[in-house]
Amino acid sequence: MGSLFRSEEMALCQLFLQSEAAYACVSELGELGLVQFRDLNPVVNAFQRKFVNEVRRCDEMERKLRYLEKEIKKDGIPMLDTGESPEAPQPREMIDLEATFEKLENELREVNQNAEALKRNFLELTELKHILRKTQVFFDEQEGGLNHTTESMTRALITDEVRTAGASMGPVQLGFMEKSIDREDYLPCFVAGVILREKLPAFERMLWRACRGNVFLRQAMIESPLEDPTNGDQVYKSVFIIFFQGDQLKTRVKKICEGFRATLYPCPEAPADRREMAMGVMTRIEDLNTVLGQTQDHRHRVLVAAAKNLKNWFVKVRKIKAIYHTLNLFNLDVTQKCLIAECWVPLLDIETIQLALRRGTERSGSSVPPILNRMQTFENPPTYNRTNKFTKAFQALIDAYGVASYREMNPAPYTIITFPFLFAVMFGDLGHGAIMALFGLWMIRKEKGLAAQKTDNEIWNIFFAGRYIIFLMGAFSMYTGLIYNDIFSKSLNIFGSHWHLSYNKSTVWNNNFLQLSPATSDYEGTPYPFGLDPIWQVATSNKIVFQNAYKMKISIIFGVLHMIFGVIMSWHNHTYFRNRLSLIYEFIPQLVFLLVLFFYMVLLMFIKWNRYEATNAFPMTEACAPSILITFIDMVLFKESKPPGKDCHVYMFWGQSFFQTVFVLIALACIPVMLLGKPIKIMQARKLANEEVQPITGGSSDAEVGGMPNGGGGGHHDEEEMSEIFIHQGIHTIEYVLGSVSHTASYLRLWALSLAHAQLAEVLWTMVLSLGLNKEGWLGGIFLTVVFAFWAVLTVGILVLMEGLSAFLHTLRLHWVEFQSKFYMGQGYAFAPFSFDSIIENGSAAAGETE
Amino acid sequence: MGAAVLLVLFFTGLWAAIGIGGSIITPRGPQQKLTQCILMLTAGCCWLFWLCCYMAQMNPLIGPRLSKKVIQVMAQSWNMPITDG
Repeated sequence: MGSLFRSEEMALCQLFLQSEAAYACVSELGELGLVQFRDLNPVVNAFQRKFVNEVRRCDEMERKLRYLEKEIKKDGIPMLDTGESPEAPQPREMIDLEATFEKLENELREVNQNAEALKRNFLELTELKHILRKTQVFFDEQEGGLNHTTESMTRALITDEVRTAGASMGPVQLGFMEKSIDREDYLPCFVAGVILREKLPAFERMLWRACRGNVFLRQAMIESPLEDPTNGDQVYKSVFIIFFQGDQLKTRVKKICEGFRATLYPCPEAPADRREMAMGVMTRIEDLNTVLGQTQDHRHRVLVAAAKNLKNWFVKVRKIKAIYHTLNLFNLDVTQKCLIAECWVPLLDIETIQLALRRGTERSGSSVPPILNRMQTFENPPTYNRTNKFTKAFQALIDAYGVASYREMNPAPYTIITFPFLFAVMFGDLGHGAIMALFGLWMIRKEKGLAAQKTDNEIWNIFFAGRYIIFLMGAFSMYTGLIYNDIFSKSLNIFGSHWHLSYNKSTVWNNNFLQLSPATSDYEGTPYPFGLDPIWQVATSNKIVFQNAYKMKISIIFGVLHMIFGVIMSWHNHTYFRNRLSLIYEFIPQLVFLLVLFFYMVLLMFIKWNRYEATNAFPMTEACAPSILITFIDMVLFKESKPPGKDCHVYMFWGQSFFQTVFVLIALACIPVMLLGKPIKIMQARKLANEEVQPITGGSSDAEVGGMPNGGGGGHHDEEEMSEIFIHQGIHTIEYVLGSVSHTASYLRLWALSLAHAQLAEVLWTMVLSLGLNKEGWLGGIFLTVVFAFWAVLTVGILVLMEGLSAFLHTLRLHWVEFQSKFYMGQGYAFAPFSFDSIIENGSAAAGETE
Repeated sequence: MGAAVLLVLFFTGLWAAIGIGGSIITPRGPQQKLTQCILMLTAGCCWLFWLCCYMAQMNPLIGPRLSKKVIQVMAQSWNMPITDG
């Protein structure tokens, strides 16, 4: 049996590894990705496990690597990603790696600290430079016109604050000490500093209030922004200089400066001193610039060297951590010399796994070979479906509903074709299908390149993962588009229409609408060879009437066939699990019920298509064709049908009423069989087993009870109550019987969506594109270009994307509910092997999210 | 029957060749059964879809209702001239 049709056979194995070889063996198994380990120490705390120290060391290494990554990203250095995965390093290499990371981290931290200190220094020097420059302006004004400026200053000092004592209003003299009057009493001082521009007004107000207007502030803006050393922001600052007299004011001014975080600088009074200082500052700034440049270069070099290996190191560290996490799941045996593991492995891969184990032991240089021992168990194994890049997407569609139970029929291989096909029935348009197929084809051709660019864009990832589905959906849509004869709402006329005109001029002139008749030579006698006749597209008034009848019938035909297929799958399940009771008392009545009622309806459709012809003799003309729906309803209600027209026959073929009665009776008879057959049989089997238990201890399980090899005989303390079995069976039966009607009607969505799609396409044509095509001349050409752009955007956006998504969802629902409810249990759990590939993918994804 | 028997046989044969013949000639390998399943399902679905469309038009119960403009255009481009009178 092909591997995808059922999930793989799994075996629970015990693995005995020598302690020295354990690391290497687990590493090999991780590369293989075929083994699912079980936790043998579930009650042990994570901090008490055997290898917790190693895991901690790995965490520490990862932290250092993340720090390095952050610094590299800050500088914008590209990180090399070859995409290949290095092998997990040996335990002794771990120490080397730790040392390397430690060294790199320390170096980087040191460089960063130095850079910060240098930048702080640089900032101070720059501010000092600005102060010297700006205060030069202040002092120049003083020297230029001392008298009136002093007067203006004193006036400024006096006018605003009337109640200040006169004594403190001595003339403030700068740079002309010999002219001062009371020099010893009033020591004119000043402080110069730099403050953030935003704080300046508040600073001024505070100074004014606190010093009662006895200080004088002058300020000038620094035009270029300065870099804050801690966070690298560019801030605007201003230079200020405050003049005051007296010690008290001095302390007050200094305190206020501290409070507003203004930095004060020593500024010499004499201009010569200031010039000297300015030159000194300039040289120091030059030197600092050089040093800073060199520091940045060094940091850049270190980071570039690290960036080459960073991805490699990340992978290695993650692999080591994964190996130690896995080793933590193992049990140490009594002799403390070997580790025991329990794992699920696929039966077909036991050879490969043993080879991998042997490789691991050889690499570690151990002499004792590992032992892989298969255990018998009654536990439920995980479900493993071996998929390749093509079948993976379809399996994902099925697993999204529920993972298959162990070894039950997998619907995925059939879904590969039925899913795109049912989608195409709803989407049928040659043009839109071509767009979709080309998009899918492009993604498939460029697979490798597109897969290598790992993006976080969810929507793109979903589209890319489903590229094969999209391509198949597009290809089938092109086929159904050809059959529906619909390309962007127009029809192709390849073979010539099989309907012909036979009117003369006066008839045409005098009638707004003329209807061709299938009874006359209007209809050629045989239909258009491939698909719908192109004349229906132009027969806008009754195209929908004809198409409705056609599409509804095909929806029911395909729906009933899909459901019968589902019921037949349950037969495979029952035979495999040797569930004879279910086979006889569930599968057979279910199938008979479906066939006798709904497949009969399908047959009626085919009969009606065949027997009623316009050119036939009387009772079988088109006027007498009965409605299948009414026939079906009357059949189920045991009502006598009315003839569809005057003098017409009620029935399509001889004996129809007899067959119909028989079919309905058979269907009704199936219901109690479904409802009561299996529970009664179980009850009988239990009674038999109980009777056997009395004389013989330890009753044998009766083969008639069936079910899984968990047996059913003997003490039934762990089995279901009889009442529960009856209730379950009742629910199952009602679900099936009512479901068969509702699901059959549910397939009519195939008709509904294809009608909606065709109508939308027609609206776009009539309301958008034809307006553009109707214009003439040069202006018409430009108008047409604009209209075409609009039409194209709407086609792709509404018809391909929106309708495509809608049809996709409906098809998914049809598969999940209508098809799978006939046979699928979906109670399993997925096989989650220990695989480095998936851990690294998840690890990088998780790291990407946290950043 | 309003069916062209040859045409029905042609398409049935075509899809049978793809479905059954294709399944026979698929190369052996791990994917052989899957490929056979895919080919047979494709052939079955596509053939049935074509057949339903063909049979629905075989014996039509109504004819298309055409407007005056459409008849005139049809007469010109589909080579179905309107007779005088």
